[in-house]
Amino acid sequence: MQKFFHRLLNHSSSKWIFILPAAFLLALFALPLAALILRSFSNDFLIHAFSEQAFHALQLSLVTSSITTGITAIFGTPLAYMLARWRFKHKSWIEILIDLPIVLPPSVAGLALLIAFGRQGLFGPALGIFGISLPFTTAAVVIAQTFVAAPLFIRSARIGFTEIDMQLEEAAHVEGANQWQLFTEVMFPLAGRALVSGAIITWTRALGEFGATILFAGNLEGVTQTMPMAIYLGFERSLGTALALSVVLVTVSVVLLLITRKLENREG
Amino acid sequence: MKRLQSLTLLLVLFLTGCKAPPPSAPAAAPVAQSSSALMVFAAASLTDAFTEIGESFEAAHPGVKITFNFAGSQSLQTQIQEGAPADVFASANMQEMDALIAGGFIAQDAPQILLSNKLVVILPANNPAALENLQDLAKPGLKLVLAAEEVPVGRYARQMLDQLNGQFGSDFKDKVIANVVSNEDNVRQVLAKVQLGEADAGIVYASDAVAATDLQIIEIPDELNVIAKYPIAPLSNSANAELAAQFVAYILSPEGQVILGKWGFGPIE
Repeated sequence: MQKFFHRLLNHSSSKWIFILPAAFLLALFALPLAALILRSFSNDFLIHAFSEQAFHALQLSLVTSSITTGITAIFGTPLAYMLARWRFKHKSWIEILIDLPIVLPPSVAGLALLIAFGRQGLFGPALGIFGISLPFTTAAVVIAQTFVAAPLFIRSARIGFTEIDMQLEEAAHVEGANQWQLFTEVMFPLAGRALVSGAIITWTRALGEFGATILFAGNLEGVTQTMPMAIYLGFERSLGTALALSVVLVTVSVVLLLITRKLENREG
Repeated sequence: MKRLQSLTLLLVLFLTGCKAPPPSAPAAAPVAQSSSALMVFAAASLTDAFTEIGESFEAAHPGVKITFNFAGSQSLQTQIQEGAPADVFASANMQEMDALIAGGFIAQDAPQILLSNKLVVILPANNPAALENLQDLAKPGLKLVLAAEEVPVGRYARQMLDQLNGQFGSDFKDKVIANVVSNEDNVRQVLAKVQLGEADAGIVYASDAVAATDLQIIEIPDELNVIAKYPIAPLSNSANAELAAQFVAYILSPEGQVILGKWGFGPIE
């Protein structure tokens, strides 16, 4: 019996054991996107795609997701570095806390944000003292995106920092480098690739955020209406608008992925 | 290595298993089920009332199973046009019904009006913006939440504001619209934002306000209000036309109307 499977594996046709399942999954990714693009051409694509509403939504999406990525990089890099290189108590609980937003449905995230930072939320009255009311503002969009997308950056950056050879760290210590020098001159350059790819994933995830945003930030053109929201409401109004906006979002995402991929390769 | 082998074994068994001729399946089961199952697509605002009507219809017709799909009327219309299997469609607006008639999904003379519904202004229980009357909706800085213009209740709310222009001055609607902080994608979201106290006011159906707690209500006089009439119709290609017709008749019967009244809907007239 075992010999039989060995022979089967060695036979050249055995590569199909890999190709077939892979093709099934790739088809699942490719077919709906292809259908989306094909269907959108039969409608008044250009009219829908270049409407004022679509432009506002695209602009808001690009601005908010860029801010989200910036904030995530500034606050997330030290966190990822500590998780990767330091030893401290309750580390695994912190790691679970960071992984939670990835597995939770975005609607739970939106509700939690509203209950915490809403006007009547747990910290709402405290924010109110400073005249801050978050729901229905562009800031709320950024907060929702950061909550949902930042953990992806932290994960990628942590792996990048972990993979750096311990001996390099020891050598730096022998040379008399302090924590800051160790980070800026050894760790940061070596983990650069992981940081960039983490930032890409966070950026694209933020660009697609919908569930948490509509609950926490609401929907108002030019203020909180991002691309995914405009697509959802387009679905309510006419399929043509939703299709056109979807194709625009797919195109923008592909372009972003290509640009950042180029950057990533140059660094490596 | 051992692990890899067992994984390969599983995969091979799976793949060859797929090629084996399918075992002869019992064909009777699905037929028996389809004669007693009904799929009802209904506007989101009907959620509570239709759920109760469905339970009471099932109790009166043993063996019948009703499944509901509640969503915005526009979404339901699109779903049906894209081939979703519905037996009955209840919309919050005639517009969606007309589109489905035009597309041949529903017979020209099939729709019947099943209820009327009017708009009310809702406020959080503690009324944070101290609203006293309809005119206060134009107060600068008020946080007002409406349903989006694409959703019937959002369209009705804007019509109603047009009519209030005659009462409170021609720029009243513009001032109110300037206070809108969010255009929600359905009426339940408007309700939730006001219930949570995040918005100072919202405009919803009277039926939504009845189902909700922790709210204050400002009534709108009938002559200035927009009265929505909900149409209902069985779908032309329903596999259970007879049962679909029975369900529609039940909703229009006194029993069905009593339940609708309980959930804040107005009579057919």
